[in-house]
Amino acid sequence: MSTDPLNEFTFFVLAVFVGIEVISKVPTILHTPLMSGTNAIHGIILVGAILIASSAGDAVHVVVGLVAVILATLNVVGGFVVTDRMLEMFKGRQAPPAQREQRPPSGR
Amino acid sequence: MKLAVSLAYLLAAVLFILGLSQLSSPKGARRGNQTAAVGMAIALAATLPLLHFTTAGLVVTLVGILVGAPIGAVAARRVHMTAMPQMVALFNGVGGGAASLVSIVELLDRSQHPAFQLALPSVLSIVIGGVSFAGSMVAFAKLQGLLTGTPITYPGQQLVNGLIAVVILGLAASVLAISSSPATFIPLLALALLLGVAFVLPIGGADMPVVISMLNAFTGLAVAAGGFVLGNFALIVAGTLVGASGTLLTKLMSDAMGRSLGNVLFGAFGQVQAGAGAAVGTEGKSVRAGSVDDIATLLAYSRRVIIVPGYGLAVAQAQHALKELVDLLEGRGVEVSYAIHPVAGRMPGHMNVLLAEANVPYDQLKEMDQVNDEFKITDVALVVGANDVVNPAARNTPGSPIYGMPILNADQARNIVFMKRSMRPGFAGIDNELLYDPKTVMFFGDAKDSLSKLVNAVKAA
Repeated sequence: MSTDPLNEFTFFVLAVFVGIEVISKVPTILHTPLMSGTNAIHGIILVGAILIASSAGDAVHVVVGLVAVILATLNVVGGFVVTDRMLEMFKGRQAPPAQREQRPPSGR
Repeated sequence: MKLAVSLAYLLAAVLFILGLSQLSSPKGARRGNQTAAVGMAIALAATLPLLHFTTAGLVVTLVGILVGAPIGAVAARRVHMTAMPQMVALFNGVGGGAASLVSIVELLDRSQHPAFQLALPSVLSIVIGGVSFAGSMVAFAKLQGLLTGTPITYPGQQLVNGLIAVVILGLAASVLAISSSPATFIPLLALALLLGVAFVLPIGGADMPVVISMLNAFTGLAVAAGGFVLGNFALIVAGTLVGASGTLLTKLMSDAMGRSLGNVLFGAFGQVQAGAGAAVGTEGKSVRAGSVDDIATLLAYSRRVIIVPGYGLAVAQAQHALKELVDLLEGRGVEVSYAIHPVAGRMPGHMNVLLAEANVPYDQLKEMDQVNDEFKITDVALVVGANDVVNPAARNTPGSPIYGMPILNADQARNIVFMKRSMRPGFAGIDNELLYDPKTVMFFGDAKDSLSKLVNAVKAA
């Protein structure tokens, strides 16, 4: 991986622009799932938590590492699951039954 | 190997971006979240070759995951849609806490003083992550009802918060310049936690959408800073995306309240309102309370009805009863839509999720700009558990704390039906002159009860 701070800063700046571009297209109606979905994405700190926990030697590292991994795992798992539950509920106006009637019977 | 890992991280970052861009329509949104989850799985798998497990480390990692995953999954599965804001606050907070801890350990492991480009992100990650963790926990407690939803203030509060911030800056400077010992960055974390608590305490329930968005941005930035500390590209990109998202939402929310971010954070509503209460001058005016049958008849024989939902709908868990009423009305040929104010509820988009749970099709949920001109040609505006978002004081009363906030034009409808528990003013503590409008009929009671009564009465009408 890159350790050149300038490279990292470049990623950061580009990500800011990509983020603004992508997020500004999200409609108001989906703001809660957006927030909880991005919540899940920042759970990527689990990568960092595992990196520090894996090499734990002394008591301090064990304790801090354990807490960090638990918190980050909660973040990732809870975040994605709760977002999925929310998005599952968003449905259009009685579309599925109406479409089914119009469609010719399949498999013949 | 390193190349493969880097490519996997790149793939993960691309999947995050793709996932977020699929959120641009309700149809593809669920797949978008799944895309991002796949990205996460790839990022985690790619990390495995980088690990040098000690025995203790292996145990710690496995135990941590085995403890965290089921708790997260069960909590996320079981939580009521009405309790979603506090759940989001909680998941947000734990991420910030984890970022803070990761950076602390990284600093602990340096034997000599870290270079500036490492020390700076470490400090940022510790402080921002700590503030986010503690602030989110206070927000959680407020939303869960463990703490009061009204602003908690005391004399000299601003000064105390300012002092904490100054000491944090001082400690941060010393970590940057000379010290890398736990003697400096442990107190740094402690103070960040204190600041997180102190700065969310005075913020009232109605301002929660702004605060939650901001804490979301904070955690994102703390994670991005953690990415700089660890030299990990995936953390930088993912954290920054979240930071951008949270920042945009924060701005949208404070714009929707017609207030600056500074005013929301530091202008605890409690202090402003003393002067403005008198200006409204509603003493001596009377309200008109309607009977169930009157209101049911009014609704049943309307041509067009707009529902204005607010936090009270969530509190009463009345979304299903509301949907039942709307179905009945639509069955009678009444045209019904929902007017959603951006800050209705306790987090951005709160009402949309709540109504989606009750199977309200999303194309019936209208944004403020879409719907505001339609009130003029509407027979009944049915306000359920909302107050400040339809308060004309935002337009007419320059001294009012909500003056300047864009509102829903419910007052332009031919009739207004207000479902409220009591005459108690809204969370902002401001009297609402719309309640005293001759066109307004009050319907007192718990929203769920009242809606069920209306359903029965409409059936009979």
